[in-house]
Amino acid sequence: MDELIGEFLAETAESLDTIDVELVKFESDPTDRATLDNIFRLLHTIKGTCGFLGLSRLEAVAHAGETLLGKFRDGTLVADSAAVTLVLQSLDRIKLVLAGLEETGNEPAGDDSALIAELEALAMGEAAAPAPAPEPEPEPEPLIAEADGPYDADLGRPLRPGEVSLADLEAAFLATEGPELAGTVLEEETETETGIEADDEPAFGAPAVPARSASGPSAPAGAADGDAARSDGVRAQSTIRVNVDVLETLMTTVSELVLARNQLHQIVRENEDSALKGPLQRLSSVTAELQDGVMKTRMQPVGDAWRKLPRIVRDTQQDLGKKIRLIMDGEDTELDRQVLELIKDPLTHMVRNSADHGIEIPAARLAAGKPETGTIRLSAYHEGGAIIIKITDDGAGLDPDKLRAKALEKGLATADELATMSEQQIQRFIFAAGFSTAAKVTNLSGRGVGMDVVRTNIEQIGGSIDLASEKGKGTSFAIKIPLTLAIVSALIVKAGDARFALPQLAVRELVRAGEGSAHSIESLNGARMIRLRNRLLPVVSLNTVLGLPETSSDASHGYVVVIEAAGRKLGVVVDDVLDTEEIVVKPLSAQLRGIQVYSGATLLGDGSVIIILDPNGLSQQLAHSSEETQAADEMAVSAVDPSRQRLLLVRAGEDDVKAVPVSLITRLEEFDGSSIEVVDARHVVQYRGRLLPLAHASGVDVFKRDGRQAVLVFSEEDRSAGVAVDEILDVVEETLDLQMGSERPGVIGSAIIKGRATEVLDIAWHMERAWSGSPQRPARAGRHPILLVEPDAFARRMMAPLLAAAGYDVTVVSGLREARDAAQMGAQYAALVGDPAALDTLASEGHWADVPRLGVSERAHGMHSEGMLAVMRPADRGGLIAALDRAARTGETRAA
Amino acid sequence: MALDYQTSREFVTVRIAGQLCGALVSEIREVFAPQAITAVPLARPEIAGLLNLRGRIVTVVDARIRLGLPPRDPEAPCMSLGLERGAELFGVLVDEVGEVLRLGQDTFEPVPAHLDPRWRSLLSGVHRLETELLAILDMDRLIAADMAMAA
Repeated sequence: MDELIGEFLAETAESLDTIDVELVKFESDPTDRATLDNIFRLLHTIKGTCGFLGLSRLEAVAHAGETLLGKFRDGTLVADSAAVTLVLQSLDRIKLVLAGLEETGNEPAGDDSALIAELEALAMGEAAAPAPAPEPEPEPEPLIAEADGPYDADLGRPLRPGEVSLADLEAAFLATEGPELAGTVLEEETETETGIEADDEPAFGAPAVPARSASGPSAPAGAADGDAARSDGVRAQSTIRVNVDVLETLMTTVSELVLARNQLHQIVRENEDSALKGPLQRLSSVTAELQDGVMKTRMQPVGDAWRKLPRIVRDTQQDLGKKIRLIMDGEDTELDRQVLELIKDPLTHMVRNSADHGIEIPAARLAAGKPETGTIRLSAYHEGGAIIIKITDDGAGLDPDKLRAKALEKGLATADELATMSEQQIQRFIFAAGFSTAAKVTNLSGRGVGMDVVRTNIEQIGGSIDLASEKGKGTSFAIKIPLTLAIVSALIVKAGDARFALPQLAVRELVRAGEGSAHSIESLNGARMIRLRNRLLPVVSLNTVLGLPETSSDASHGYVVVIEAAGRKLGVVVDDVLDTEEIVVKPLSAQLRGIQVYSGATLLGDGSVIIILDPNGLSQQLAHSSEETQAADEMAVSAVDPSRQRLLLVRAGEDDVKAVPVSLITRLEEFDGSSIEVVDARHVVQYRGRLLPLAHASGVDVFKRDGRQAVLVFSEEDRSAGVAVDEILDVVEETLDLQMGSERPGVIGSAIIKGRATEVLDIAWHMERAWSGSPQRPARAGRHPILLVEPDAFARRMMAPLLAAAGYDVTVVSGLREARDAAQMGAQYAALVGDPAALDTLASEGHWADVPRLGVSERAHGMHSEGMLAVMRPADRGGLIAALDRAARTGETRAA
Repeated sequence: MALDYQTSREFVTVRIAGQLCGALVSEIREVFAPQAITAVPLARPEIAGLLNLRGRIVTVVDARIRLGLPPRDPEAPCMSLGLERGAELFGVLVDEVGEVLRLGQDTFEPVPAHLDPRWRSLLSGVHRLETELLAILDMDRLIAADMAMAA
């Protein structure tokens, strides 16, 4: 195609996009003179170029539109919605003709007379008076009752009515205050923060699209504007158009350079005293700079993907009779061109969805107490090595009931499964294929093929999408995508003899699992997991996923790489972890692309080919979501012999071994003896920014001066205390059967542990000591008596020892009859614990009416009744004790 | 008898499990000895793996397995035909590479109808040579991604 036409097409397409945005802006504030002038100037330029290139059809349409705009400028016509719609229509017609031009190299044949007539009619204030298309002949228009325009040297003909000479226009433009670049200050700040020059203005100098809401306040005229206009001119000259293919080639070449540099590194690394070291260093830094530079050329502001959105929202408003405000924040945030291309459609789809299904009609909004105009907010910002884009609306939000019904209907889940799902999980159903709860599928957002395609598109580029929604309040989507696809940081891991790469972006932490470490790989019916900070994390063995033979690592130890993908965390068991490298991502051939767990391949510095793993693919290998696994885990934990507890064996004071239930301990720490200080006669140590009071488990507060002092940290709500021991011996699992009670403070009783009589420490007492600081303080008068009402045998067996070990005097009854008997005998308790229904029944019968009740049940939600402090889950042992302590304290003031 | 330049074509001959096969020279970019093939777990059996050829990643297909022939002895030498399809590079593993022959239409026969379906789909014809038959491989089909195995 003619090069001139090619350039014309590119430039005009950009101009038209800008005019679209500007028009929408102008429509919401018709007094915005600056914007109008801008639109006029752009359209005029287009018209002029069309005339120059002999594109008569385009010229005619552009001229008619320009005439109408001229009327807005003079003030002879008010720019109402109808008028603006008409101008937009003329723009659409121009785009249509341009498309035809692009295809064939010539203007397609077509009749625009109707459109032109409408434009002129409106301009002349007449009602649909037909006017012939203006002809480029040097004769005055007979229909228009205006004087012939003067002859214009630039155009080589007299000016048409309504036409302004180029020279006049230039003069007018230079004299007019330009549009204020919204948040000019904001722009500069962003620039200095990111250190990237936003140098990508189109060559003909259209000012940057301001980060303004479509209905926001118009740019106030001011001295700043003049500067802005001038700086625009300067900016325009410092940009250049480069063919995208050239950039691609450049990028590939630089990638090869990075690889070659890595190879050299490898060689030099092995050769200790190589003379190459110095030059290689220089080469390295130069390559890094080059890499950065080329990456920058690929960066485009995300606003480019948002350009079409104001128009789309405006059209939706018109079509559906809604009032919507679009706010765009952070459009200067830059990301890789390739990534931008891939998210354009998903973003458009989501905004359409918000406008179409999210925002309610004005009447409904008012009825709900919301402002008539709905808001859709787009924001973008950098975080880590990724860009976060959020789309938030204050519309109707997602209706969980509708979603549940739809899920049932589509057979995506059974009623039982739905009942156990959290609202978050239910909301994620919208990402399922074919899901759409829109009662009326408008042609704007189409059928529910949308969101699952959106998610797939985003995940394919290594990103993730999440949502939060509240019925009646609104919905918010958050998309996280890597800044660039081409060169990524990756962790190299080993499975068997083979090496694989894991994108650093997805890696959360690295854990050593196995004997001798804090975590071990545990297994339940084939499902593997590790304990990580009081939670269970599902793990999967890389060898297993790849179908490779299992190694010893898989069984019980190895490295576990904790990754996060698609909102889920999981651990990947590998045989070894090597280092982190910067790798160039090369796509796999079609034959291998279908393998879910691979996302590409790369060449390492030593020339070997290794495969890049896809975190999303790995995460999908897991059968359950983490929430389901958690529920399963909790059941699993209680399904394990309930009366067995994990006990920490320690030495404290005398030679005998003492035991502490592990579930009560928050953390095991070791402090340097020298860091233990004495404040106000109390021993404390600085811990996580606070002072941790200490007591010694032996009862005698003597701590190590030097060397490491082992301390068991207990946390309860907002308080923590440390109980020091001489030595931590072992962790065992035993049935805690308290044989003998003890009157000695600090000890609950004895139990047989590992065949020996072992004292079980009264942690509560020690903690009290630590907090109060006075070792002479007697134990609380007796221990709190509590009643455990639990019909379920194994729950009884599990809870009773736990409560006893926490320092309570537990009376256990298995049913209401025994409880009533106890009541009749006048027993008093500080608190009642157990089956919520039973406790409520007792209360309603008047037994222990004032005594605080603490329910324990698998289904912990929505079961509060008056007087019941809380309903805890049996697996939440720590929480149970804490709640009980609180309850007992309040009970203390009431019970006898 | 001189071959008509217009209607004759050049083939590079290879041996795969004893069978002489040929590929159009115009489709072959190069011939190389494969080094250090990285296996790709979970891939189809005919994908031998990936290798690095002058800085580019090549997907290696094992012709023996593709044709349903017994796998070669790991110690046995092999060569690879290099092809380029769009932006992707492929290597096809064969036992040996022979000479280049120029053959005319007169020795060409269409694929025999009684051949098993797999071979039938992977060959584009047969040339009758003096002492044996030369099976002409359809390279595109050989490396194709969606290989529907005929029942």
